[in-house]
Amino acid sequence: MSSIDYHALLPELIIAATVLLTLIVDLTTRKKYLVAITAMVGLFAAFVPVLTLAFCDSLEFCTATGADRVLFGGTYVVDGYSLVFKGLFIFAAFIVILLSIGFLGSARYYEGEYYFLLIASAMGAVVMASSRDFVTMIVALELVSGPAFLLAGWKKADPRSNEAALKFFITGVIALALLLFGVSLVYGLTGTLQFDQIAIASVAVADTPLFTLGVIFVILGFGFKVSAVPFHFWTPDTYEGAPTPVSAWLSVGSKAAGFVGLLSVTYLAFPEAADVWGPPLWLVAVLSMTVGNIVAIKQTNIIRMLGYSSIAQAGFMLAPFGAAAASKSGNFDEAFYATVTYLLIYAVMNLGAFGVAIVIGTRVGSYELKDWRGLNRWAPGLALTLAVFFMSLAGLPPLAGWFAKFAMFQATIGVGNWWGYSIAIIAAVNAVIAFVYYSNVVKTAFFDSVPEGVDIEALENERITAPIGFALGLTVFGVLILGVFPGLAASLGEFGAEVVALIGG
Amino acid sequence: MDWFESGWGLSLIVFLPVIGALVVLALPKAKETLMKWTALAFSGVTLVLTIAMAMRFDYSAAGTYQFGTAMDTTWIGAINANFHIGVDGISLPMVVLATFITVLVIIYSWNHWPEPHNPKLLLAFVLILATGMTGTFVALDLVLFFVFFEVVLLPMYFMIGIWGDRSIREVPIVKWKIEMRLYASLKFFVFTLFGSAFMLLGFIALYFKSEEALGYRTWSMLELSDIGAAGGVFTGTFAFLVFAALFLGFAVKVPMWPLHTWLPDAHTAAPTIGSVILAAVMLKLGTYAFIRIAIPILPEQALSWAPFIGVLAVIGIIYGSLACLAQTDIKRLIAYSSVGHMGFVMLGIATMTAIGINAAIIGMVAHGLITGLLFFIAGSMAHRYHTRDMRRLGGNMLLMPKMGVLLGFAAMASLGLPALAGFWGEFMALLASFNPLEAIGATSLFRVLMVIGAIGTVLTAGYMLYMLRNVNFGEPSEEWLDQEFEDVDRFEWLAWAPLVIGTLAIGIFPKIVFGATNDAVIGLVEKAFGG
Repeated sequence: MSSIDYHALLPELIIAATVLLTLIVDLTTRKKYLVAITAMVGLFAAFVPVLTLAFCDSLEFCTATGADRVLFGGTYVVDGYSLVFKGLFIFAAFIVILLSIGFLGSARYYEGEYYFLLIASAMGAVVMASSRDFVTMIVALELVSGPAFLLAGWKKADPRSNEAALKFFITGVIALALLLFGVSLVYGLTGTLQFDQIAIASVAVADTPLFTLGVIFVILGFGFKVSAVPFHFWTPDTYEGAPTPVSAWLSVGSKAAGFVGLLSVTYLAFPEAADVWGPPLWLVAVLSMTVGNIVAIKQTNIIRMLGYSSIAQAGFMLAPFGAAAASKSGNFDEAFYATVTYLLIYAVMNLGAFGVAIVIGTRVGSYELKDWRGLNRWAPGLALTLAVFFMSLAGLPPLAGWFAKFAMFQATIGVGNWWGYSIAIIAAVNAVIAFVYYSNVVKTAFFDSVPEGVDIEALENERITAPIGFALGLTVFGVLILGVFPGLAASLGEFGAEVVALIGG
Repeated sequence: MDWFESGWGLSLIVFLPVIGALVVLALPKAKETLMKWTALAFSGVTLVLTIAMAMRFDYSAAGTYQFGTAMDTTWIGAINANFHIGVDGISLPMVVLATFITVLVIIYSWNHWPEPHNPKLLLAFVLILATGMTGTFVALDLVLFFVFFEVVLLPMYFMIGIWGDRSIREVPIVKWKIEMRLYASLKFFVFTLFGSAFMLLGFIALYFKSEEALGYRTWSMLELSDIGAAGGVFTGTFAFLVFAALFLGFAVKVPMWPLHTWLPDAHTAAPTIGSVILAAVMLKLGTYAFIRIAIPILPEQALSWAPFIGVLAVIGIIYGSLACLAQTDIKRLIAYSSVGHMGFVMLGIATMTAIGINAAIIGMVAHGLITGLLFFIAGSMAHRYHTRDMRRLGGNMLLMPKMGVLLGFAAMASLGLPALAGFWGEFMALLASFNPLEAIGATSLFRVLMVIGAIGTVLTAGYMLYMLRNVNFGEPSEEWLDQEFEDVDRFEWLAWAPLVIGTLAIGIFPKIVFGATNDAVIGLVEKAFGG
């Protein structure tokens, strides 16, 4: 413990430096796009050490033993799991910045501070992936949420945006309070905040009602963060009101950070209490996919629909984990792998879906589906991109979403008893229900005719801006490649399921 | 030509169309002729390769997989899914049928563009469909099969939704008024997706269970069939549930009564070429899957489900025929006739005998040719008359004699006239149900089914003649008298003549199909049910 492994901390250090740098750049120049560029360069630079850490074994200058590094007495760990998610968060933040550039410029929002807050939030997510004790995790979680509260209310002249921020803030604070209360109970009983030690100490107290209560409160707290039913009600309102790129970040970055927290806590800190959190998680998964999907059918606003869709997708992600824990089959590895794989694929396709929604929404001037009718007539390329992302979300081969669902089905059936089979059947039915509203978007774009009074020629001649075009290209490419060669996603998922603390204890 | 034999030839047959689709999509919007030629070139080369494959196919070893990739060609390493493809005597006719129909459809669409125009998307979808269809017929890995099986859904959904029938229709029960194409496309998709979601669950269950027999998990249809043939592992409740899941997936696709209700809507609403592809090839994905997956992997369950499948098949025959007699829309009549014909195919499969399965395969090929032709003709006639209502049509022989003769030919072939292709499938399916596999233990039931099926053939003749009388014969009604009708044009000749020749050829020399299938089918039945 004498010296600090700076290589392992390099991604965080670079992002932290970038956070400060964006503030300085913002102060010194009026060309606000420079701030965005600074942020993107910083994120890109932070991505490099993530790669070198991941491939440490095959690199000469990398002297530490393997990719797994335990720092600060076990409270901060860099392993396959955390690296995969760090990569995911950096990628997501990068795409969100690309999506934001045109969006902010179009409506005269504050720009400099926006990027500062966004990468501060990303910084929190990156720290989250490595944190292995409750203090680090809660600080990270609030670093994710705090800037996001502000970002959600960025359109300050728009009452909906204010409402979005307020709702998000209040639920966020409640979630934090629940979480802290749960943690305090757990700390009182086990005398430690570090996950691996909680896991050891909890053997003795696992049966006490107080410990059960603590676990339940912790799970409740994360339930809000991942916007699972019944803690989901803030999601559609916040997504609709917040600036759309921020919604994209909330639905991917912030949600994935919540999932990382949930996975780490349940898997690493409370393995002894699997029978406590397993069945509720199973139930939450079932409720999330069913309620999310059914309510989504009725939505007319595409962002609200994406909100409910992200609730339903959270249900699919929780399904293998809930089933594995509820049945105590002990086969967490496969569930873990399935959830990580699902999250990775979901991140790419959902970012893409938000990206294309932003382009079309700003061009049409509305996110109401009925105004998007006949999109194919004036923007065939955008319509095709839209179809690619929404059909991927629906899980149709050969688009990436199919493999996410496939991994989920495989893990749930692999549980090997009725906890797994039943949720697999429920998920199968839900996949069909989900198609109804995803296909409605495609139907609107391709099958319906352009509404009266729309100036097709003016719309036709608008060109897509370079940053958004780049973001869409990247995500379309990702969705196609991961769909045709899902082995890539699977190996990332496998790498991401390598959790260091488990191997030790 | 080693490369051709070792999997590359077959991979080209599968993937050339989708590459063609990408090329078509990349072409500028204005160059329509170029798009057509590109699509034709890609599908044409695919057809040439397929014919080359059929000629180099070793018919003396039709029971083995040929032209395939190695069994362990890794595709998704993490889940042991492999890119394993190959053709045997059972899949060869299906692959030829699929590539053949694709070319004909592209030729036909040369001057028959459904509204709204957009040939770029339409051609791209046809080509993607081709890849999905051939891929399904050659896949020997369950994950690969699943992916191809699903790939066909989306293009067909778009085809029905964009170029489909715009007349208004009332949704049953809820009474919403909605355009036919929107209703049909969603219904088609939701039904099939529902089936295939459960099918996937069944596949995954087989994957996990295979570990008990092999010590490792596998998606390979070959290895799973070996386990199925050896018996002992896929038994009991597990096997029952898995078969039920597979049955749901395949039966929706066939479609079997009572899961057929998407079919009349989809076939009627689809544009002509969509109906042709749906009827001629896509319905066969389900029956093919029964033969390729359900029977060999779960033979024990297949035996106990056989009477049930047989009964549903015969209900389908009778129901389809009676429904035809009640139709006024010519396309809807042909669509319902498919329900009946696929009933014969399923009856043949349900007997679990070599004769029955041979009958099913030749029935599939014949139905592909004949119903494809019928939908082509119905589409062309609707194009000229601007109606599909048989009450308004009539006297077609006077207005368009050549078209009338072709329609008569196709109708005769469809009702099972000997010496035309449709005869063999029906005749042999009935023959097989006289002597179904002993092990099923329901011989007398199948004999009853045979009698009812035979009545079905009479009904088939009934509705086909009813259609001919209404459309071809009689005097044209006054609304057509002062109009000029162009008889069959050259693109139609080009697209239809091969179907007519094929129907005749298979009718007179059924060995064209049996030569490929017979050994493979006998091998399959022997392996699954013992000598």
